[in-house]
Amino acid sequence: MSQGDVDRTPSPRSDVCIVGAGPAGALVAHRLASEGYDVVVLEAGPRFDPDDRLERMERHIRPSHGPEDVWDMGGPRDAYTNAGEEHYPLNAARVKGVGGTTLHWQGMVFRLHESDFERRSRHGVGRDWPIGYDDLQPYYAEAEAELGVAGADDNPFAPPRAEPFPMPAFRPSYSDSLFAEACEELGIAMHSAPNARNSEAHDGRSACQGYGTCKPVCPSGAKYDATVHVAKAEGEGARVIDRAPAQRIEHDRSGETVEAVVYATPDGTEHRQEARQFVLAAGGIEIPRLLLLSRSTQHPDGLANSSGAVGRYFMDHLFAGMGGELDAPTRQKHVGFITSESHQFYDDVDESVGPYKLEFLNYAGQSPVNVALSTESEAAWGDALAEEIRDTYGNRIAMGGLCGQPPRAENRVTLDPDVTDDHGNPVPEIHWSLGDRERRTIEAANETQAAIMNELGVDVDWVTDAATTGPAFHHMGTTRMGTDPDESVVNPRLRTHDLDNCWIASASTFVTGGALNPTLTIAALALRAADAVDAEL
Amino acid sequence: MELTRRDALAALASTGIVVGAGAAALSHLDDRRAKPDVDVDTLVAVAEVLYPSEVTGVREFVETFVAGRTADRPDYHAGMADALAVVDERAERWFDGPFATLDREDRDATLRQLGADAIPPDPEGRPPGRVRYYVVNELLYAFYTSPAGGSLVGTENPIGHPGGTTSYQRGPDA
Ligand SMILES: Cc1cc2nc3c(=O)[nH]c(=O)nc-3n(C[C@H](O)[C@H](O)[C@H](O)COP(=O)(O)OP(=O)(O)OC[C@H]3O[C@@H](n4cnc5c(N)ncnc54)[C@H](O)[C@@H]3O)c2cc1C
Ligand code: SF4
Repeated sequence: MSQGDVDRTPSPRSDVCIVGAGPAGALVAHRLASEGYDVVVLEAGPRFDPDDRLERMERHIRPSHGPEDVWDMGGPRDAYTNAGEEHYPLNAARVKGVGGTTLHWQGMVFRLHESDFERRSRHGVGRDWPIGYDDLQPYYAEAEAELGVAGADDNPFAPPRAEPFPMPAFRPSYSDSLFAEACEELGIAMHSAPNARNSEAHDGRSACQGYGTCKPVCPSGAKYDATVHVAKAEGEGARVIDRAPAQRIEHDRSGETVEAVVYATPDGTEHRQEARQFVLAAGGIEIPRLLLLSRSTQHPDGLANSSGAVGRYFMDHLFAGMGGELDAPTRQKHVGFITSESHQFYDDVDESVGPYKLEFLNYAGQSPVNVALSTESEAAWGDALAEEIRDTYGNRIAMGGLCGQPPRAENRVTLDPDVTDDHGNPVPEIHWSLGDRERRTIEAANETQAAIMNELGVDVDWVTDAATTGPAFHHMGTTRMGTDPDESVVNPRLRTHDLDNCWIASASTFVTGGALNPTLTIAALALRAADAVDAEL
Repeated sequence: MELTRRDALAALASTGIVVGAGAAALSHLDDRRAKPDVDVDTLVAVAEVLYPSEVTGVREFVETFVAGRTADRPDYHAGMADALAVVDERAERWFDGPFATLDREDRDATLRQLGADAIPPDPEGRPPGRVRYYVVNELLYAFYTSPAGGSLVGTENPIGHPGGTTSYQRGPDA
């Protein structure tokens, strides 16, 4: 069907309207459509053709295309501004389209630790979550089953689990075995890293084929992305309207109930999608933006914002890492994902240092084709190029890690009144800065990494430290959960305090973010929200 | 090292043209190879400069790869044909003969004088950028995302090639 033939008019009798078709929105849509409800999903971006994936991979590898080109990000639709101390490269950190940012993600998936839910009572930092690990544990198990996670129960530092992973873990890499010797000397335990990626054929998708380009595109579909649940939701009768960005949310006269989401379509018209329940799943930047754009007489500071917390407490994870040369082959870049990590230091948290985790990378340095195609390389071609590649590829080795950032009110997403998007709406303005706590956490991670590199005999030639760190692209905290309507935006059931039929499924509801990639927790919360909406209907 | 059609098919698999290097795929491409409709001689002559000198069988590799890449992609085909014409025209101008008839040194010099060694690739840019994109990087991409090219520099499963999930576990001596 050509784009012109697509029906983008509203559904006449919708039970649930969901904004955003990333993993959060897709999981909610699938679950509620399976329960027999009439579900419509509004997605700002396009439906990408799965047959184009190899071409997108080529865009990623070939230097004539920028990183935003792979998933057609950027331009007036995605405009944003920065106002904080740190630059935040927002369009490298998200994808707009059916499947959302999981089209680009790497796909490592972890459960938060019990301590992450109790940061205030344990360490006096941030706030406690109003729910605990126990409340999420069954949803974590469901989320692992939905996404299809390959993992092993060999992580002594992970929180308790009651069931095996859906698929066996990927075996450790050759370079993991090099790290293992050094870690053993130092008394550091390594363990497998769970991946939302098929280690064997699963759920109608093939096993990983080893393209090695997982981030930003998996041509084989072995890496989970949310197109999986969009397709399942559509199979259950849900309707997904692409290229239909929500413009604002409208409520009834009382100001207590949402009536409709107003969305735009490519032909320039606006439509109103009415429904009984509304679920916002547009990610940690666009959800607060949409609420702020929807201010009204009853809600002059933005919808669901009587607490003033909408957009505030923006958190990300900070990257810490280092790499260099070993005097032996390291066999990198065969696959694009991680097989081993260490969470040994994760719970060594105190009043001054937050959690961090260590990653043993399988993709250090440049791949042969990157060196060959780059005009920055010394040699242009021929024997000299092959020689240069042999020198640059082969002995590289690297570690990464994520460090936690506590919530701070001044880190926030606001509207920039001076810059508008392609529909004339003020763009998101990101205020982001680092504090001493995360700087100390990065230093702690660097220290452990340096000890391992030193033990291994690596000649370290790059370090990402507190001065050069950057975000891991996990947008958390901007509509946080809580029991007190004066302090938080959603209640523990993930419904907004202020509106009785408006729900949020996103990392924006995280109260603290730990130091583990967030998407499994997003998925668990989405399933929890779906159950709550179901109960309401 | 001898390149084969099978290597070209493996390279094509990583660009989505052929899925699975089966016999059907081979014969399917045979028809296309029979009517090469870009200037394959020039392309092969360029590849001989770009690929390491120990590589043989370049013609078969390039013909198969390019036939797969340009078939059913008229824009890409036009871009490549046009860039090859630029290469040939400069060879005539600077070295008084079609590119494919020049010795290796003069071919190398033609490409460098064009700027194709240093200019950023640009499919819509000026001639040197287009030569870098459609000819130089096209050929280097084919070679260095294939197991044949990767193996020459230390990896039998380079990125872009679906080489499975056992190679990453193997040590260098395995
Ligand atoms: C490079 C990279 C690597 C990552 N790696 C990992 C990893 O290994 N592990 C992990 O756990 N996480 C990872 N992440 C993060 C992960 O991708 C996100 O946490 C996850 O995709 C968030 O899911 P979501 O559904 O909340 O939002 P998204 O996936 O961002 O989806 C939101 C959707 O809403 C749509 N939308 C936005 N505004 C509107 C609007 N106004 N109207 C309609 N639709 C709208 C967007 O177009 C988008 O499709 C990574 C992210 C990046 C960028
Ligand atoms: S290595 Fe990554 S990109 Fe390749 S098939 Fe496996 S998951 Fe997909």
